[in-house]
Amino acid sequence: MFDYNYYLRTSKMPLIWCAGCGDGIVLKSLLRAIHKNGFTKDNVVMVSGIGCSSRLTGYVDFNTLHTTHGRAITYATGIKMARPDLKVIVVTGDGDATSIGGNHYIHAARRNIDLTVILFNNQIYGMTGGQVSPTTPRGKKASTAPFGSFENIFNISGLAIAAGAAFVARTTVANPVQVENYINKALQKKGFSVVEVMTPCPTTFGRRNKAGDGVDMLKWQKEHSVTIKNAETMDPAELNDSIITGIFVDIDKPECRAEYQKVIDQLKK
Amino acid sequence: MKNSSNTIEIISGNEACAMAALAAGMRFYAGYPITPSSEIAEYLSSRLPQYGGVFIQMEDEIASIGAIIGASLTGVKAMTATSGPGFSLMQENIGYALMAEIPCVIVNVMRGGPSTGLPTLPSQGDVMQARWGTHGDHQIIALTPNSVRESYDMTIRAFNLSELYRTPVILLLDEIIGHVNEKMTIPAAEEYTIHQRPRPASTENYLPYKITPSGVPPMADFGTGLRYHVTGLAHDETGFPTNNPDKIQELLLRLDRKITQNSDDIIEVEEYLLEDAEIAFVAYGSAARSSRHTIKLLRDSGIKAGMLRLKTLWPFAEKQIAHYSGHIKTWFVPELNLGQIAHEVEWAVRGRVPVFKFNKINGEPINPNELHQFVKETLHV
Repeated sequence: MFDYNYYLRTSKMPLIWCAGCGDGIVLKSLLRAIHKNGFTKDNVVMVSGIGCSSRLTGYVDFNTLHTTHGRAITYATGIKMARPDLKVIVVTGDGDATSIGGNHYIHAARRNIDLTVILFNNQIYGMTGGQVSPTTPRGKKASTAPFGSFENIFNISGLAIAAGAAFVARTTVANPVQVENYINKALQKKGFSVVEVMTPCPTTFGRRNKAGDGVDMLKWQKEHSVTIKNAETMDPAELNDSIITGIFVDIDKPECRAEYQKVIDQLKK
Repeated sequence: MKNSSNTIEIISGNEACAMAALAAGMRFYAGYPITPSSEIAEYLSSRLPQYGGVFIQMEDEIASIGAIIGASLTGVKAMTATSGPGFSLMQENIGYALMAEIPCVIVNVMRGGPSTGLPTLPSQGDVMQARWGTHGDHQIIALTPNSVRESYDMTIRAFNLSELYRTPVILLLDEIIGHVNEKMTIPAAEEYTIHQRPRPASTENYLPYKITPSGVPPMADFGTGLRYHVTGLAHDETGFPTNNPDKIQELLLRLDRKITQNSDDIIEVEEYLLEDAEIAFVAYGSAARSSRHTIKLLRDSGIKAGMLRLKTLWPFAEKQIAHYSGHIKTWFVPELNLGQIAHEVEWAVRGRVPVFKFNKINGEPINPNELHQFVKETLHV
């Protein structure tokens, strides 16, 4: 049986995450994927920003860096450029990566720097009490959208695709095997990879939007997930209330640090 | 432009800063273009890859300082350079580097502000932003060169202090010092002592934020076998977040102490003609150059003038100013701002002798004649 404890700082438990939160499912999937790839703990650097999901770095036994809000990718970029031999993984949320940190997210994708971003999308600012985020669906309530959000949302995966990421996939915590598989593929990709994982927040999103508890929200995810393959044949109107899952991009292209190395090597000649 | 030893060059303060950074062992630069600092980035973009180092132009100044903090955690000496607007954007992460004790050097070539202000004209308007720009109680080290040669020396010193005390160090050039071209002899490597951050002597029981007598805990490089946690949250000796009031107090007082108890080592001033002086300037950067000329004019007309030149701006040379107050009957504080350091001088003098400020904020340097005139009028001579 897989020994999660080998990778965990169990003395830091219990986790701060609420009952019914999906973040723990992502954590377990992530550890299994890291194990499968055979990375040593000393060679993994895990970098996070601010928010519920970003607290993950405190619980895992790697080189861990809990940074400022929205800036995890910038710190990770510095680490990767300085030590390209290290496996650098960014753990971040929807608000962290695409609201306050949106600029860094798209530029890291443009550079195609070899980072793997695990993006926990719970469609809300959980840690600060349920404020509206760039991914809170229109009409859904939040503590700062008491009448329902009137704004359009970001397609987080779409953003990474448009900005040039080498690997982009979306799944839900209702499908932990797929979470693991996608993270596994992302970790193998030489370039900027994003796995967007939809994860329920029953405490601040579910409660206000009468979505039930964690189990109810997982059931909702299951019932509303549509694979990219099926989605292609469907009417867009039918997909309004759906989570489209799958691997959207998986390509090879010049990677930022490797290209920089070529400059260094050329100058040596 | 070569970087070999003891060659004579005509270079700008910005170029001297970039060359010295390489001499100090800096091998990672991240920055965003901004006048009047861009020459530093331009120079390093061509030189760093030749040293096997990293240059990367980031998407903004927030990303730039994030990248250098990340790089520094892997053990490499890292820096960024900017000017006022970019320095404003960096403030939150300067606080992070202070709290997590990650060495790095931030160069701010000051231009006129607030806001976009005067992109190509000099100012000393960021000296208080350097002191208090990031939120929360903290100590900061800031150095202010007043020549091309000193830009070189102080850049090396900035890296040394940053490494010795595990803290971000701010190097404040004003636009005049950044852009002035002067002849200087590039010093040979053996003329400098280069310091490295304290690293753990053994891998046993490593505590990344251990309370040591010096106040500076040894720092392990990421990816070398000692796994630990780094956070901007208040943390205990293990590096993990804590809400324990005693641990919070212990951390914040140690961060304060590691600078204050070493302030004699950190603070450098130049005592210029102070021995027989009756009046004196407290000045720094380009304003000190103007003052030096004014001192000559004053002495020519029989007024015994001198200068206490601040080479280290923060922590403040309070003891030195207090020491001379009395012997110096009147202080003058010329600055390219509305008196940011003059207020510190007043506080250090504590009313014993008068302090007069002379300020210029229109983008022009201080003309030694107008400063001379001001001093004479103030003294009624």
